[in-house]
Amino acid sequence: HLATSLPLPSERDHLRPRIDLVVFMIDIKSKYSLKNVETSLAHVDASFFLGKVCFLVTGVGRVNACSIETNAICKLGKDYCSPVLYCELELEGIRVATAQRLLRMLQICAGHIPGVSALSFVSLMRNCDDD
Amino acid sequence: MDDTVAEYIRRTVLKIPRDEIKMMLQKWGFLSEAQLQTLNFHQIKDNISQEVVQLCEENSADIKQAAVLDIIYNHMYQNKRMWSVYQMKKSGEELEYFDIIDFKKKFKRRLQSALKNVTITFKEYEDNAIWIRVAWGTPYKKPNQYKPSYVVYHSQTPYVFISASMLKSNMPLLCQALIVASNYHDIREMELRSHSLNSLKDIVFKRYSQNFQTYTTKPLQGGSVEPEYADIRIVQENRSEKERIQRLNEEIFGSGPQPKLEFAQYRLETMFKSDPKMDVLDKKEPFRCLVRFSSPHLLESLKSLAPAGIADAPLSPLLTCIPHKARNYFKIREKKDLFPESFVSP
Repeated sequence: HLATSLPLPSERDHLRPRIDLVVFMIDIKSKYSLKNVETSLAHVDASFFLGKVCFLVTGVGRVNACSIETNAICKLGKDYCSPVLYCELELEGIRVATAQRLLRMLQICAGHIPGVSALSFVSLMRNCDDD
Repeated sequence: MDDTVAEYIRRTVLKIPRDEIKMMLQKWGFLSEAQLQTLNFHQIKDNISQEVVQLCEENSADIKQAAVLDIIYNHMYQNKRMWSVYQMKKSGEELEYFDIIDFKKKFKRRLQSALKNVTITFKEYEDNAIWIRVAWGTPYKKPNQYKPSYVVYHSQTPYVFISASMLKSNMPLLCQALIVASNYHDIREMELRSHSLNSLKDIVFKRYSQNFQTYTTKPLQGGSVEPEYADIRIVQENRSEKERIQRLNEEIFGSGPQPKLEFAQYRLETMFKSDPKMDVLDKKEPFRCLVRFSSPHLLESLKSLAPAGIADAPLSPLLTCIPHKARNYFKIREKKDLFPESFVSP
């Protein structure tokens, strides 16, 4: 399900399946994109932040066009205890690899992989700075 | 033939892309078809231009004919120049019959009486456009043929499109000659500039597709919605929002192609409103700031902002009013009373 912001339109509530993973896409070329994600985060129930939220930063290939500082993004990931993935959608190889990663994460979040749950992502989020 | 004329013709031919030279010389019509046959258009341009000069020598070309070739080149490559739009005002409502001969005579007379050394050339085109080329000199110097001004006048309209040379001091004289020749009594520069002459014409002649408030029963096909969303497994949560944006865009921009502008410039002379505690320029004097939007095709990019999710719809009227107000240079001053927002000066 694709949405431009949260909350999701309520008229489609009955048509929606269970949500297993929320991926917030941030376009590194647009400050508006970051602001939109920050306001949307307020509408996410706290239980999702146990591994069912992930940030996907796109457009990182175009170094000259970055409008958002990576510090801001790292801070976002840390504040919300969620992983941050970087990708470049314009390159097919990276696009496919990113899609495969997200799919893998989704499988885990949906409980399709025995022995691994979404909580595992939280424990994998240790920064080398924290010690 | 004068050396300066020869050099001018040589340089003009050099400007033309090699594949276009034959066609342009044919349009010029100064050299006969037989003479054109003798030219080898497959050699380097330097040689082609030398041969052309040779032939012009045989025909004793003077600056007048050379100027016509220059107009033809600039008419074909009009988008290389920056054009400004001027609007003329008539004192009364009388619709006078436009006499081209009278116009040319009055124009020449007015310019030549003020400035002896000018080269004035006229060329008319099928779309009722009169192209005027003016090369400026001084009382003591011959006209500089390399920095002429070009004027495009559609006689049925009060608009004149001018591509000035560097010598801005000649503008008042040019404007005066125009109003005298066309029987208007005043002329003013509009705040509208672009490289695309046709787009400027589209804007002032209102030839671009305007938004008409119509009710359509069939759902609007979003032309800009990406085809990949045809995959049935992808669910668009915000479909109604996307459709609202498309609808708003259609209303504001119309469904046809937009006129091509490269800039929009906003000169702010508004007060800087800061937190009083910060004491930064707070209401002491206007904060001067220049905001300039540039793009290869400004209006199309504005049109695609909301569908691309980069801006909220509807866009600020300061941006969307550009074609309707026929201006892309704005001065924004404080409005004193009701609205604390900016006021766009006329």
